[in-house]
Amino acid sequence: MRYLVSVIDDKSNPGSTDRQPAISAFNERLIAEGYWVFAGGLADTDAATVIDNRGEEAVFSDGPFVESKEYLAGVWVWEAPDLDVALKLATEASKICDRKIEVRPFL
Amino acid sequence: MNDVDVRDAITRAHHEEWARVVASLTRRFGDLDIAEEAAAEAFATAVQRWPADGVPPNPGAWLTTTANRHAIDRIRRENKRDDKHRKAQMSYDDDPPEAVGAVDDDRLRLIFTCCHPALAMETRVALTLRMVAGLTMPEIARAFLVAESAMGQRITRAKAKIKAARIPYRVPSAEDLPARVSGVLAVLYLVFNEGYLATGPGTDPVRHELTAEAIRLTRLIRALLPQDGEVAGLLALMLLTEARRPARVSADGELVALDEQDRGAWDAALIAEGHRLVRERLAAAAAGAAPGRYQILAAINAVHTSARDMRDTDWSQVLALYDQLVRLDPSPITALNRAIAVAELDGPEVALAAVGRLEPRLAGYHAYHATRADLLRRLGRGRESRAAYDRAIELAGNTAETAYLTRRRDQLR
Repeated sequence: MRYLVSVIDDKSNPGSTDRQPAISAFNERLIAEGYWVFAGGLADTDAATVIDNRGEEAVFSDGPFVESKEYLAGVWVWEAPDLDVALKLATEASKICDRKIEVRPFL
Repeated sequence: MNDVDVRDAITRAHHEEWARVVASLTRRFGDLDIAEEAAAEAFATAVQRWPADGVPPNPGAWLTTTANRHAIDRIRRENKRDDKHRKAQMSYDDDPPEAVGAVDDDRLRLIFTCCHPALAMETRVALTLRMVAGLTMPEIARAFLVAESAMGQRITRAKAKIKAARIPYRVPSAEDLPARVSGVLAVLYLVFNEGYLATGPGTDPVRHELTAEAIRLTRLIRALLPQDGEVAGLLALMLLTEARRPARVSADGELVALDEQDRGAWDAALIAEGHRLVRERLAAAAAGAAPGRYQILAAINAVHTSARDMRDTDWSQVLALYDQLVRLDPSPITALNRAIAVAELDGPEVALAAVGRLEPRLAGYHAYHATRADLLRRLGRGRESRAAYDRAIELAGNTAETAYLTRRRDQLR
């Protein structure tokens, strides 16, 4: 079972910025234990562009599709046998990243 | 066998076998939806057949076999989605959870899945009442005063999440067990409390069907996890609370406070059973097991149910137990209840000061104002007491409690 694991940051109350070494060590463990599929940190939401080509012509707009205080700061994709395993890892990940984590299954 | 006997047999089978049938089918087919529907169909078949054919010698086995057949029929009917179905099966382990001393692992699996922390609390309650207790959708909707369609959607969404997110059908590992059991107990306590102090202007003040259901489920968990102290504690707490139910609401629908209750009307059998459980936990505590929140609350209720009247109550014992509870559960509500014991030992003045300190956190809670009103009344501060009663009446949601508070206010001079 694959899960999208989103790291959620808060613009008005951001998590600490010194987490990278701990996250790298956690990633090593995810790989060693067979959970790791993909991981990536994301640039600021200001760097996002939304494209809407459902109408006559494509419309480009600057910024994320939704403006909010909370935003996606990075993602993992994990392979885990069930939600209990994923939630246990996510509980650790939240501490390690000093941020909230959302776990959502792929179809 | 006449129709009444058959009806009784079906009711009894429903109480005793529903969870077992749903649990074993969920395990076999890996799908809560199929298990629930097939179990319901098996009971409907029993209603049709038992009056003519007679009650089978082993109703549980008959129901499980019949439900299995219904489930297989449904899967065959939908064989096009068979592959998809197999992929969506719940994951489960085959090892019996011997470490926790379980006698019936399928029902335990079912309970832990329904009370999974990834589900919202109200969803856990609804799912447990449907899947484990076997209440119908209209019954659950009525119990929580929501529309039947909304309740149906809540349960459907929960089943879909369990499947999509792969919430496992499994008894948690030993290290996770205490936290998960406490999650299950929270669900049962919520059901019990909603029955014991029902909210809403249109409802009966005490909803016996909910308190009875909560006790039945807690007995089941107790049978499945006999070593767990908090399970025993919660069961004792429920029994000792339920025992006072006959004396708790007057003939004209008014709440009767502890000091005015007819203690002769309390249920002696429930009290005896509750006291036995509390003694069992006291022995365990003496042997070094640290008691949890429910065990301490049960012990407090054991002190109350051992006393002939308010004056005979061992208030220093009650206070010592609250001191222990405050260390585990430093919530303002615990502090408020502790203050009531303080009033009996050190007088209303000392208690009022303690209650006053809780104001910032409890200003919106009716029991805070009701407690203050009572203490102010005992201090002869009528005007302030009246104002506190007014506020308590405004905030109270239970009809019997509102009636009680109104009378107490109107008796002030």
